[in-house]
Amino acid sequence: MARAHSTRRKVVTTIAAWGVALTIFFPVLWMILTSFKTEASAVAMPPQFLSADWTLENYATVWARSDYPRFFWNSVVIAVGSTLLGLAVAIPAAWAMAFVPGRRTRDLLMWMLSTKMMPAVAVMIPLYLLFLRFGLLDTRIGLVLVLMLMNLPIIVWMLYTYFKEIPGEILEAARMDGASLWNEIVYVLTPMALPGIASTMLLNIILAWNEAFWTIVLTTTKAAPLSAFIASFSAPQGLFYAKLSAASAMAILPILIMGWFSQKQLVRGLTFGAVK
Amino acid sequence: MSTRSSRLAARGMVAPSVVLLLIWMVIPLSMTLYYSFRLYRLLSPDRTGWVGFNNYLWFFNAPEFWQALFNTLALVGGVLLVTVTLGVLIALLIDQPVKGQSFLRILVIAPFFVMPPVAASIWENLFMHPQNGLFAALARGFGMQPILFLEQYPMWSIIGIVSWEWLPFATLILLTALQSLSSEQLEAAEMDGAGAFARFRYIILPHLTRAITVVILIQTIFLLGIFGEIFTTTQGGPGSASTTLPYMIFKQAIAAKDIGRAAAGGIIAVILANIVAYFLMRGLGRNLDA
Repeated sequence: MARAHSTRRKVVTTIAAWGVALTIFFPVLWMILTSFKTEASAVAMPPQFLSADWTLENYATVWARSDYPRFFWNSVVIAVGSTLLGLAVAIPAAWAMAFVPGRRTRDLLMWMLSTKMMPAVAVMIPLYLLFLRFGLLDTRIGLVLVLMLMNLPIIVWMLYTYFKEIPGEILEAARMDGASLWNEIVYVLTPMALPGIASTMLLNIILAWNEAFWTIVLTTTKAAPLSAFIASFSAPQGLFYAKLSAASAMAILPILIMGWFSQKQLVRGLTFGAVK
Repeated sequence: MSTRSSRLAARGMVAPSVVLLLIWMVIPLSMTLYYSFRLYRLLSPDRTGWVGFNNYLWFFNAPEFWQALFNTLALVGGVLLVTVTLGVLIALLIDQPVKGQSFLRILVIAPFFVMPPVAASIWENLFMHPQNGLFAALARGFGMQPILFLEQYPMWSIIGIVSWEWLPFATLILLTALQSLSSEQLEAAEMDGAGAFARFRYIILPHLTRAITVVILIQTIFLLGIFGEIFTTTQGGPGSASTTLPYMIFKQAIAAKDIGRAAAGGIIAVILANIVAYFLMRGLGRNLDA
């Protein structure tokens, strides 16, 4: 009796959980399905599920546009560039704070975090004017710099929580065994730090790729990434639903895949190590 | 281990990050403060001068400002309410031993990785569109008039879209926290005759307090700056029905090209963020110390 009861409960929770998960995912699924329909089929009423005309043409059409590959490439350069630059600045800082902590290290970390509280609109005007003055408006290097600065506190914090977990005794043991500083760095520290650095990199590429304030404010055409492109894409009378869906799918798929691989690190990175 | 030389080296390693963040904070912020007291319009650059608090007064006298302030707080509060409540429920559900759990998690987390303009565009065109949207099709299927979501209920619609984007974040963090709860404690409580609700109220919820605090703090930081979703869907309209503070400042700067007023708005946004942060830390800060 008890067993039958618990089996029934298990079936009910399974169905409920799957129902909830599919509901949450449905908008993404529907967009992907629409991207494979013809334009007529995409706006057909009632909506078509299995009876639709399927086609791969939207992807070909969008990719063959004169500008789409450029938007895509801009996204790649800006997301990866700002992340690598941020890592180059943040790794030494996080390293020093984790292994040679001073009295003010904690305050310094909290101060870095507090810079994230500053609303972007508060510095938009000066940045816009500075960019105008120095010819950085609508350039990729300008966006790389801004997104790097914006995410720097997150990068430092995330690396710090990872480096903190590397036991200091291991370094001492290596030193006792006569390892030189160089060997210590190459054979002991780097392998232990790499997973943390990789997760940090992944999360920050995701954040930079999806950024949609600075990319809209500071670009017009040349350096605009996908986020700015989709934001200004309008579909009059639903004429371009299928193509818009294809363009959107291509814009989110790389990040969706990366994101699925970095779920665990995501929690830690976005909570600044408060939840692990 | 920390000799004087190693401490010196450590300072050198930290310095670039600190200097960069100082520049990023101090220079633009002081420029914003400076402009907020100046007359400065890009369309008539010759007429400049000090105007005292006029730019601020313009904001406080604009009906749109009070609406924008209300909309900003409604957006933050509404999304927090939806994501935390549903997040706890969904995390509890997914935490059960369910078939295909890891795949379920993948489906649930997906919206978080969808960039804001794409999320907004999916909802605007494929779901909320009064002619071609799925919701319109559903309404007609039941013989009703399609609802004009973004025209008649712009703020509700935007709260819905943003909640969809942030629900995965709340769920994922609460789920992570749930999984660190020892099952022994729950089993012991069950043996002692504690019902499902009592277990939730006295064991699970206290265990989740810290995670909920973190979710509220971090989401608030991001929600105060929501921009892409509004830019993509309503552009702050109809009228100023869905204009938030960031969007109002953006309009002053980019459309009206009034640098002085936009700068004053920026300073007001900083003050608002600080007030919100102050109350959050007072109300929630003690949960974080543990």
